[in-house]
Amino acid sequence: MSSTIASQILRTRYSDEVKDILQRYPDDQKRSAVMPLLFLAQKEGLQATVSVMSEIAQILEISITQVASIVGFYTLYYAHPGGKNRIQICTDLPCALRGADDFADKVCEKLGVNIGETTEDGEFTVESVMCLAACDKAPMFQIQNGDGISYHERQTISDVQALIEQLSNSETNNSPKDAE
Amino acid sequence: MTEYLLLRHRNRGEENIADLDTYLSLGGFQAYEKVVTTMTPEEVIDMIKASGLRGRGGAGFPTGVKWSFLADRYPRYVVANSDESEPGTFKDREIMEHNPFQFLEGLMICAYAAKAEVAYNYCRGEFWELTQVLESKVQQLNDRGLLGDRVFDTDYSLQIYHHLGAGAYICGEESALLESIEGKLGQPRLKPPFPADRGLYQLPTVVNNTETLTNVPLIISRGPEWYQSIGTEKSCGPKIMCLSGHAKHPGNYETPLGITFRELIFDLAGGVRDDKKLKAIMPSGASAPILSASDEVLDTPLTYEDIPKIGSQLGSASIILLDETVDISWAVLKTMKFFEHESCGKCTPCREGTYWMYHLLDRINSDKAEQVDVDLLGEVAQQVVGKCLCPLGDFATSAVFSGIELFQADFDLHIPNAVSDADDSNTK
Ligand SMILES: Cc1cc2nc3c(=O)[nH]c(=O)nc-3n(C[C@H](O)[C@H](O)[C@H](O)COP(=O)(O)O)c2cc1C
Ligand code: SF4
Ligand code: FES
Repeated sequence: MSSTIASQILRTRYSDEVKDILQRYPDDQKRSAVMPLLFLAQKEGLQATVSVMSEIAQILEISITQVASIVGFYTLYYAHPGGKNRIQICTDLPCALRGADDFADKVCEKLGVNIGETTEDGEFTVESVMCLAACDKAPMFQIQNGDGISYHERQTISDVQALIEQLSNSETNNSPKDAE
Repeated sequence: MTEYLLLRHRNRGEENIADLDTYLSLGGFQAYEKVVTTMTPEEVIDMIKASGLRGRGGAGFPTGVKWSFLADRYPRYVVANSDESEPGTFKDREIMEHNPFQFLEGLMICAYAAKAEVAYNYCRGEFWELTQVLESKVQQLNDRGLLGDRVFDTDYSLQIYHHLGAGAYICGEESALLESIEGKLGQPRLKPPFPADRGLYQLPTVVNNTETLTNVPLIISRGPEWYQSIGTEKSCGPKIMCLSGHAKHPGNYETPLGITFRELIFDLAGGVRDDKKLKAIMPSGASAPILSASDEVLDTPLTYEDIPKIGSQLGSASIILLDETVDISWAVLKTMKFFEHESCGKCTPCREGTYWMYHLLDRINSDKAEQVDVDLLGEVAQQVVGKCLCPLGDFATSAVFSGIELFQADFDLHIPNAVSDADDSNTK
């Protein structure tokens, strides 16, 4: 598809969810729903493509630029696809004091990538992130994928190995779908 | 030394109080029922004022006083700040996981006192799974008639909604948080006006930290005098101390305010990992000056009034321990990486200053720097401090100033012919 026509996917496939999100905010403050709608789109495996952003802009009666600026500002939204699973390892100071940097290196080694890179099969992207409010349970990371975000605390490399195998084999709904 | 279990695990934590029936069987929501059916909002505010409760989100502002500042306009909003993103802080998450209903009850009492009929709980986006659980808890409260229209057959109605952030520390700052709920970039607003006057959608709004709100049901049911009997005169009540880094047993410890660093670290948390020597303490995450672990510091009570006397802040009590093996210049680099990443970019001194300080610290830590770089680091920090729109800019300089002042040797290690130990005849 070459044009940047707004998708219809949220309004057709997820109309109940959209309605539920909109009713949380005052009728004249629809713009408030931009973040939850972006999460809804991303949860369903859609990246924040131009067509998805246009649809959100139409639903909220704001400009697509306003939606795009939100995607740019907040780190949990993605304009470009990465791996199906983003392994986000906390390497902030408290975790680093308990070996998080070493741990991140080992995870990278295991997957054959550097921080910020995606494995060749497109399954995993490894990222280094700031404090995730789990500092007493380092080393820890979160996994962001089509199912949402999950925490994994007090991790060893063999835990990671097991998780990688489990995620590689599972057919979750997280394969990036194309917005229609 | 006592550890309290009033906030994370009411009643000794043996029962699963995240279950609504269990929570109700232990007297849960009786405080809420009491305020809605027998007290005026003003009476509730007076009671919270009398308790001496101060905000647990960092600034320690008296909670009841904040509630009494609301401008006389409607509708009003109440927002729980569950953004919890300061490095070293992990208490609000544990409260919401283990004792969600006491927190929600506190939020509901706050809403009643503020005469607000809609409350939001702003959770950081990473609390995705937790937020789904909390939404189901709110649904249960709606089903039981504790939330919704005309609760307890009174005229009062209340709804609670959740709003997820998406990975931005600055959204913990209350005005940035409100912008974020409005669907805008999370950038702080110029103050005044304060949220109590122009908050969410420009309407009067109370923003309180999760832990602050979790204290409220206790104060209502046990009374302000009981609350005042815990802690010190100016710092009342129990407080969750988040202990991380080189503690032997890192974790959350709930104690009366006013216990000393020594009691917390050595009596409750087993001391330092591998029994190494404690070198430094960061009492308030990445945001307040680093302290050297002297006897004077260790014997200082953890209160809002005592920690400033030794040059730092209690903040939200996110206490990071650094043992003798830590190079403080590296710790400062780590904090700067955080602030450089998290600066919202709205004002130049913070945006540019954090960038330059990060690069200078990186150069120092890669042994590529000279003494002028360390001097320059201090100068850049001087140009940032006091010149920013929100406190994040100042926060970013705390570790720099205190690190260089107290641990200069750690910086010198990276500098050839460092000034502090080079004698005059040596200089070229
Ligand atoms: C940069 C910055 C980050 C902050 N982060 C948080 C946070 O994550 N959680 C929080 O409760 N307060 C945070 N605060 C403090 C809030 O602005 C506000 O003071 C607090 O939510 C008020 O609640 P309290 O009175 O109950 O403490 C932050 C402040 C600043 C300047
Ligand atoms: S001080 Fe930093 S975080 Fe605060 S408004 Fe300015 S740029 Fe944004
Ligand atoms: S520093 Fe890693 S979770 Fe806080």
